[in-house]
Amino acid sequence: MSDYNFAYLDEQTKRMIRRAILKGLAIPGYQVPFASREMPMPYGWGTGGVQVSAATLTPDDTFKVIDQGADDTTNAVSIRKFFEKTAGVATTEETSAASVIQTRHRIPEDELREDQILVYQVPIPEPLRFLEPSEVETRKMHSLEEYGLMHVKLYEDIAKHGAIATSYAYPVKVEGRYVMDPSPIPKFDNPKMEMAGIQLFGAGREQRIYALPPYCQVVSLDFDDFPFEASKADHACDMCGATDSYLDEVIMDDAGNRMFVCSDTDYCASRRKAGHVGAQGTPFEEDAA
Amino acid sequence: MTPLLQVQNISKFYGHRIGCQDVNFDLYPGEVMGIVGESGSGKSTLLNCLAGFLTPETGEVRFEMRDGEMRDTVTMSEPERRMLSRTDWAFVHQHARDGLRMNVSAGGNVGERLMAVGARHYGNIRAEAVDWLGRVEISEERVDDRPTQFSGGMQQRLQIARNLVTGPRLVFMDEPTGGLDVSVQARLLDLLRGLVREMGLSAIIVTHDLAVVRLLADRLMVMKDGHVVETGLTDQVLDDPQHAYTQLLVSSVLQV
Amino acid sequence: MIEIRNLSKTFTLHNQGGAVIPVMHGAELVVAPGECVALTGASGAGKSTLMRMIYGNYLAAGGSIVVDGVDVVQAEPREILALRRDVLGYVSQFLRVVPRVPTVDVVAEPLLAVGAEGEAARAKARELLARLNIPERLWSLSPTSFSGGEQQRVNIARGFAHDYPAMLLDEPTASLDATNRETVLSLIEEAKARGAAIVGIFHDEAARARVCDREIDVSIYTPGLTAGAA
Ligand SMILES: Nc1ncnc2c1ncn2[C@@H]1O[C@H](COP(=O)(O)OP(=O)(O)OP(=O)(O)O)[C@@H](O)[C@H]1O
Ligand SMILES: [Mg+2]
Ligand SMILES: [Zn+2]
Repeated sequence: MSDYNFAYLDEQTKRMIRRAILKGLAIPGYQVPFASREMPMPYGWGTGGVQVSAATLTPDDTFKVIDQGADDTTNAVSIRKFFEKTAGVATTEETSAASVIQTRHRIPEDELREDQILVYQVPIPEPLRFLEPSEVETRKMHSLEEYGLMHVKLYEDIAKHGAIATSYAYPVKVEGRYVMDPSPIPKFDNPKMEMAGIQLFGAGREQRIYALPPYCQVVSLDFDDFPFEASKADHACDMCGATDSYLDEVIMDDAGNRMFVCSDTDYCASRRKAGHVGAQGTPFEEDAA
Repeated sequence: MTPLLQVQNISKFYGHRIGCQDVNFDLYPGEVMGIVGESGSGKSTLLNCLAGFLTPETGEVRFEMRDGEMRDTVTMSEPERRMLSRTDWAFVHQHARDGLRMNVSAGGNVGERLMAVGARHYGNIRAEAVDWLGRVEISEERVDDRPTQFSGGMQQRLQIARNLVTGPRLVFMDEPTGGLDVSVQARLLDLLRGLVREMGLSAIIVTHDLAVVRLLADRLMVMKDGHVVETGLTDQVLDDPQHAYTQLLVSSVLQV
Repeated sequence: MIEIRNLSKTFTLHNQGGAVIPVMHGAELVVAPGECVALTGASGAGKSTLMRMIYGNYLAAGGSIVVDGVDVVQAEPREILALRRDVLGYVSQFLRVVPRVPTVDVVAEPLLAVGAEGEAARAKARELLARLNIPERLWSLSPTSFSGGEQQRVNIARGFAHDYPAMLLDEPTASLDATNRETVLSLIEEAKARGAAIVGIFHDEAARARVCDREIDVSIYTPGLTAGAA
């Protein structure tokens, strides 16, 4: 612990990142450039999110990390361990107990509160990148609100697949101004972005931070005749029976048996604790043994 | 009738070299003006100054806005100017790849300008794209193909459809038939003539092909070394050129 | 309808040492509605040059050419184009058309340009093509592949499609057989009857005598030439 400054980064770097965060909160959806630092983990492992978390955490915080909804993946565990070690903060797997949640590709099912902060790891912050490779041009398009191209992308989707096939990183317009990439969360999560908690987005390799202050208007782009739908597998969780959660499809065996389970492991576990049982589930007590 | 475009004293320098100097003209609604001259004479420089891609050192490019007001597009704000280039102006590039999104379907290419000005009904956008593809003689079956799968002539026609779909009032064309073989050129010119007449477009066409201006342009402007050396009715300039350079130009090409 | 005053024309050949060739000087001509005036004079006297100046195709060096109130010598390109569209027709010696356009549309174009309805314009075009004995099977083809005589008749049909108040005819009966020649002369007579002011060049003396009210020898305006000199 004493080998590191609190939360690994030096104070000056954290101040620089906090300034970027504050600017991001002041201009919701706007991508603020920041000088990304080397972190003791490779890019693509959430260095952007980690730096934002490092600049956000205080000694009193309780920290939670999820990777596609799960607290127990290698990635989630190693980031959690990293901050246990470098910041000495308390950690938890319980959404409601956490004050700062770092996430990769999901928003927890439990509604976040005003005293919670959600930190996203972002691989590609620029929603226009797919069609316009020039950074100079995309910055100009943002500043001039020239967003026709975003709809071209959705148009191409419908032309090719008969429907808007984009199901992750579904673009949104924030407060009627900036078009933003919500990171590769499933589009099922898009409506949740209008939340009480603060949302911070960090892209390490691309050196961008952006943010959504509480209760921000976040509208998923669509067409009048192909309206946005926050879809998920038409199924209930086989473990806890939830019908309102985002589900992962799990292949059980070589025979192709499969199971739908909540991608949010904490949500599923707490439902089972509360006595809910899904079609293939077992009561919680036995499972815990 | 009031001019659609008033060009006054436009000069553009590249360091010490003259791009174009002291160019003046008025363009009226429905008029098609050709700009000819050898390569390096400043045609494209001038066109790019007019279309807002280059900022001239001196002069004004006054354009009649939809409310009738004449506005200098050189000094107007960039968002306003870019809005004009998406709505009232069109630019057909010599190389289709400069004017098309090669990784987007033909329909998406045509639909982009509609979406850029707020169209949000997929069915309507697609119907309009198909209609425009038809008008430039590209069959409906190709609507989902990418321009990379099109011939050079088809790419140019797609570029024209993509530009004209929002009903612009002024079209800039830089060598629109360059690099196409003669029969393909003829077809494209025929198409352009029809569209210009039908839509009442004003156009400025840069080319070094005198046959192209003879067919398309009402008026001609001849440039040499960045200066305008002669202007007038197209057939008059070509058949009774006054300036030494124009006489040379006319006599040095096959009779058109 | 057409009023020419003190008209002069020079050609300056910059690429031949700047030689200045005066080809016309002090030309005067007034043509009233319903009148047909023939331009005569030896080859090179300046008949076609005068006609081209009236049309705005050649630039005058001085003087004025007022057609229906517009001075072609001073007018802006768009004013000349408007004059050509509405008032002043020109049957040149050669047909010049956009490739690929069907003959019937080539002929109908002047009518469409003045705002005629498409089918009415094509009906008129077909009527003229029939009168000039262009076989119906050719109407849907581009005239670019036609014989010289056929092209000339298409050119005449096009020139007479719209009822221009003023017309310029450069050897309209040249290289036509007797039947077609007769048709063209009737077309000219009909145009005169509806009040068109016509300026024509006719090497065919009988034709000239039949349709022209007056002759004017342009040689009298040719610097260094006198009338009647061959
Ligand atoms: N574009 C031009 N450039 C230079 N000189 C020209 C041009 N057009 C005509 N001329 C000259 O002007 C004079 C008049 O020529 P024009 O063709 O008008 O004669 P014309 O009376 O119609 O002769 P023809 O009876 O042979 O048709 C001639 O000396 C001719 O060489
Ligand atoms: Mg002649
Ligand atoms: Zn569950």
